[in-house]
Amino acid sequence: MAEPPAVPRVARYAAPMAVLLLVLAAWQALVVAYDVPPYLVPSPLRVFDTLVTDRALLAASLGVTVTIALAALALAVVAGTLIALLFVQSRWLEASLFPYAILLQVTPIVAIAPLIIIWVQDTRVALVLCAAVVAIFPVISNTTLGLRSVDPGLLNLFRLQRASRWQTLSRLRIPSALPYFFGGLRIASGLALIGAVVAEFVAGTGGQGAGLAYQILMAGIQLNVPRLFAALVLIALAGVGLFAAVVAITRVALRRWHESELPLDAP
Amino acid sequence: MSASRDAQPVVELRGAAKVYANGTRALRPVTLAVAAGEFVTLLGPSGCGKTTLLQLIAGLVAPSEGTISLWGSSHDASGERGRRLGYVFQAPTLMPWARVASNVRLPLDLGGTPRGEGDEAAANALARVGLHGVDRHFPRELSGGMQMRVSIARALVTDPDLLLMDEPFGALDEFTRQKLDADLLAWWIERKLTVVFVTHSIQEAVFLSTRVLVMAARPGRLIADVAIPERHPRRAEFRGTAGYAAQCLALSELVAQASSPVAADG
Repeated sequence: MAEPPAVPRVARYAAPMAVLLLVLAAWQALVVAYDVPPYLVPSPLRVFDTLVTDRALLAASLGVTVTIALAALALAVVAGTLIALLFVQSRWLEASLFPYAILLQVTPIVAIAPLIIIWVQDTRVALVLCAAVVAIFPVISNTTLGLRSVDPGLLNLFRLQRASRWQTLSRLRIPSALPYFFGGLRIASGLALIGAVVAEFVAGTGGQGAGLAYQILMAGIQLNVPRLFAALVLIALAGVGLFAAVVAITRVALRRWHESELPLDAP
Repeated sequence: MSASRDAQPVVELRGAAKVYANGTRALRPVTLAVAAGEFVTLLGPSGCGKTTLLQLIAGLVAPSEGTISLWGSSHDASGERGRRLGYVFQAPTLMPWARVASNVRLPLDLGGTPRGEGDEAAANALARVGLHGVDRHFPRELSGGMQMRVSIARALVTDPDLLLMDEPFGALDEFTRQKLDADLLAWWIERKLTVVFVTHSIQEAVFLSTRVLVMAARPGRLIADVAIPERHPRRAEFRGTAGYAAQCLALSELVAQASSPVAADG
């Protein structure tokens, strides 16, 4: 069977943009045609209007949420990688501790968040911790898998040369693990943002340090649906931006040698 | 070549056998000596334990019984062994994230050789295997045959006395394989190497070796020790001679006999 023809580079951006414009146009037309009140479904133009008028408030909240998500992602990456490095030192250690990593993963964050918020004085720190708990699992599991997925021939070569544990780790296991690590990072970046938003909802922190989740909560209570949509749009854009950044970092790190980043016509 | 040097075998196995933890009898007791400068080939079908035997010699697996010594010492606590021994795997086994030069330099890097010295040795080893101007390339940018040459350069970079090769050319096309076979003989003569070579190709074994050890499967064991008297250096024309054909036929009969059900029961 023939491969479906490849999508040209321009079309890969143009096609989803065209879909977006079509949907927005249809949405706008329907809202106007049926005279839907803005507290039910605001029109896209109305949402855009709100984005502009409320920009100071929304930008500050976006800054708070993104900062929490980024801090959580950094924490998850550092802690997750260290845990993975610990796991590959001994099968015993991994067997003893891995179930608890899974436990952390399967327990809904909304159930753990209140506890963390009670225990940790500083709300910001508590929010970062909650989001990091959500984001850490893919980092741990992917990096552990990667550190173990070493070419057995190369491992034999290192043994023949009497390589130390450290040499084997730094020159063989860590480079082998990079593609897996970046796969985990891609998932973790989205989870960090979700974790930040969910934790904010649970904490319900307002005032100075209010994030986008708080704006959504308040807008919902006040039936300010256009602002709710505007906040939603910003969260989605932040998620896409974060994902794109991770993809770009991955490309820089792997493009010279890993299959996943090679152009299709590479040798 | 002094007599005392000849007396000391490079590789010596006394009743070395391997039974894996799951009970698989990979190799029945083998007693064998390889003298300096020999080109010995382990020939046999899949599952005859030839890779296991090579790994025993390299010290990659421990024998379940018997002893193995290299250069007269059964232990390698010195770490010297890693330098005097080069190992070439079935696949090129290169680090895909490292450039050709770093791949070749690896054994020296791991042994703590200074960078400049290592670079020079890597360049020499690459030149020796006939590769020029590829040191900045990544392995994936090279053909299969070139990758195998890089792999051999890595094994030669420490200037080893003993080269262990595990079906190194098995995955290559016939033309590339014959070229590498010829080059290998040239390096063997030039560096005065001792080579233990694993293959399942009878033709390759006869063309290369001074001695062929025939092995059989289920259970893996050594069944014959055949000298190939043709003098070195051998040229490609050797493959067209009657002597070559007769040697190939004799070896294939030995392998066939060993693989018959009656023999396998024994």
